[in-house]
Amino acid sequence: MNRIENTEHQRLTFWEKLYLPEIAKGLGITLRQMFKPKFTRQYPEERWEPTGSYRGRPVLVLDEDGERCVACGLCSRVCPALAIEVQAAETEREKERYPEKFEINMLRCIFCGFCEEVCPEEAIVMSKDYELVFTNREDGILGKDKLLVPIHKLQDRLEFLREYK
Amino acid sequence: MPHIYIDGRLFEAKPGQTIIQVAYENNLNIPHFCWHPELSVAGNCRMCLVEVGFPKRNPDGSIQVDADNRPVINYFPKLQIACATEVSDGMHVRTKSERAIKAQEAVMEFLLINHPLDCPICDEAGQCKLQEYAFKHSRGFSRFDEEKNHKPKRVIWGPNVIFDGERCISCSRCIRFAKEIAKQDVLTFVQRGDRVTIELHPGTSFDNPYSMNVIDICPVGALTSRDFRFKSRVWDMSFNDSICEGCARGCNIKIGVRQNQILRIEPRGNPYVNRYWMCDYGRLHYQYVNENRLTSPMIRIGDKLEKTNWTEAVNSVVERLKPIQPNEIMFVASAKATVESNYLLVKFAKEIIHTKNIDLLEHFDETFGDDFLRCSDKTPNLRGARIVGASSTSHSYRISQLPDLIREGMVKALYVMEDDFDDFPELYELLDEIDLLIVHQYNLNNKLTQKADIVFPAATYAESEGTYVNVDGRVQHFKPALVTRNNLRFMGMKMSRLDKFGAFNDRWSQFEYRDVRQSWEIIQMIANKLGAGWNYRKSEDVFNEIAQHLNEFKGMTYQLLDTHFGVVVGKSKNPDPVVPVYESHYMKPD
Ligand code: SF4
Ligand code: SF4
Ligand code: SF4
Ligand code: SF4
Ligand code: FES
Repeated sequence: MNRIENTEHQRLTFWEKLYLPEIAKGLGITLRQMFKPKFTRQYPEERWEPTGSYRGRPVLVLDEDGERCVACGLCSRVCPALAIEVQAAETEREKERYPEKFEINMLRCIFCGFCEEVCPEEAIVMSKDYELVFTNREDGILGKDKLLVPIHKLQDRLEFLREYK
Repeated sequence: MPHIYIDGRLFEAKPGQTIIQVAYENNLNIPHFCWHPELSVAGNCRMCLVEVGFPKRNPDGSIQVDADNRPVINYFPKLQIACATEVSDGMHVRTKSERAIKAQEAVMEFLLINHPLDCPICDEAGQCKLQEYAFKHSRGFSRFDEEKNHKPKRVIWGPNVIFDGERCISCSRCIRFAKEIAKQDVLTFVQRGDRVTIELHPGTSFDNPYSMNVIDICPVGALTSRDFRFKSRVWDMSFNDSICEGCARGCNIKIGVRQNQILRIEPRGNPYVNRYWMCDYGRLHYQYVNENRLTSPMIRIGDKLEKTNWTEAVNSVVERLKPIQPNEIMFVASAKATVESNYLLVKFAKEIIHTKNIDLLEHFDETFGDDFLRCSDKTPNLRGARIVGASSTSHSYRISQLPDLIREGMVKALYVMEDDFDDFPELYELLDEIDLLIVHQYNLNNKLTQKADIVFPAATYAESEGTYVNVDGRVQHFKPALVTRNNLRFMGMKMSRLDKFGAFNDRWSQFEYRDVRQSWEIIQMIANKLGAGWNYRKSEDVFNEIAQHLNEFKGMTYQLLDTHFGVVVGKSKNPDPVVPVYESHYMKPD
């Protein structure tokens, strides 16, 4: 014989089965919250500043002597979403090569951080930038002009990486 | 015949062979840097250290055995280098024993002490012998905290080669190549110990016609190509096998492609043609495939060439051929086109148009040929074209008569397949006098294209499948390395990772699939429009027909050609034996 035991109905106490006292209890909780401090943030007037561990949009580091990236293409190779395209060219600088073209397709990027992890030059890091809005596909592809970020804005992430990577 | 044991396996060796040779012929790999089968033995990298020993003998001369009845081997206290130790009967070699592995690790540690480890900016990364061995045969960490020494970088050795002293591991392969193969003995070691580096003899330049081969044999990235430097990472390119079309030697090559552009060309080992080498001309002769290509058929309207589609162009050929008598048309076959295309052109001329007027141009340059690989015949397939009947006979017009024939009005239409008149410039002037000029061409800026009435965009060798017959009569088969609209279905998956998986809206995949076809396909379209009813679906169908009809090709198939490194005409019954081909270091497929 199929008998279902331990149904919700069987688990309820007498008072719960009465229903009305429970309604009053629920309303009580709601009422209590109204007098507690508020958590809601008035975005965009009020903005949230993530910590160093946050993985926002990947950017290229621009330090005192210029861009760090040597266009080795490892980030492009490791990227599981095929978001990165790098074209190398030769420079007179000591490190011989630089990215003539560096594009990240933010429509492809899944914010995994692999590019940052593989980079031998600490040249690509995950920033705190989480505001990624564009109105067409073309704008989703970020070139070097949008990717290069001065190093002082990336200190939090670089410290985080040195400590935990 | 000496018998030797390597890692417990018995091998038969030829007298005078070294241990590493026996191993390599039997598909065993002993780690090595400086040894190369085509170069003299230098024995300076010490990477190939192995344990060598002989069975212990009893006083009566019999072999001592242990409790398990196995011979007791007396290994030499010091390790030997496998590349310079000749085998002798009964020799036992251990390549994977603890001592051998320790020695390999020690050598790797020494080599890496002063190596800059700048793989991220090194073109060799991904196909580097040092990288590979650092992974397989080293400890994986460094005990060296001092400053690495510095040496000259970016030294220009010659028109095509750049040297980086810090990356060099002093294996001397390049020096031996210069002396023994290129016969330009201008490189030498200078200094000693950890300061050692390579210099050119004062006042010389490393500019021999084969100089770029040192880039391939260099086990590290110390030698880079001035043409290629940093164009692409090696894993972002596809490498498909082909045949160089720079001259009649037909060196076997691999074509490195990304975004449907040829980025570089490398030699592929063929013991019967080019060994492991190719010339710099062949290596750098690819711009015409990448640039200025015809991308669709064109028809002359007024005095301008207008793009059109294949059907229109074929219809127009048929239409305009109508008023022309068979003996007023001349076909120019090509020593640059495949055997298949030439065969079908001949068949088309004889069976469909009913004319015997077919000939081809020779392109000889005596200054180009030498006694190594380069031939003065600068076309890949003159012999093949001749065998299938693409040159004139006593009953037909010869190409040298063409100017007179045109002037006298005997030839009113000209059909030129994959060739031009750059070596025969007086013809260009006369082309205005003929009624119809049909060409198959690669490039838009070609003079003949500019004069033509109907232009078909032809596939270059890099987009074709077919065969060439080289200067020694060796028939060699090759396949496409580039994608065209026509071969997309089967070439698509042979492209590099990015090219394969790009979506239509990725910027890196915005390259053109050219709408070019192989000449035999174009001829078949025209023939069928004229009612021939041919049904060749791929190059192989044409080749199989050739193999049936022509004695020279009898018994040949693409498969036979592929397995035997090509087959000499008329020798399909006893092709050359298959022998191992050495690969020093190469891109590992992922
Ligand atoms: S891994 Fe780093 S150095 Fe290499 S291309 Fe990417 S960002 Fe540049
Ligand atoms: S975060 Fe991940 S998905 Fe985004 S670009 Fe880097 S590797 Fe690619
Ligand atoms: S340049 Fe390359 S081939 Fe020449 S000695 Fe150095 S490592 Fe060997
Ligand atoms: S020798 Fe001839 S076939 Fe060989 S690479 Fe040079 S041009 Fe090409
Ligand atoms: S390969 Fe034997 S010493 Fe270099």
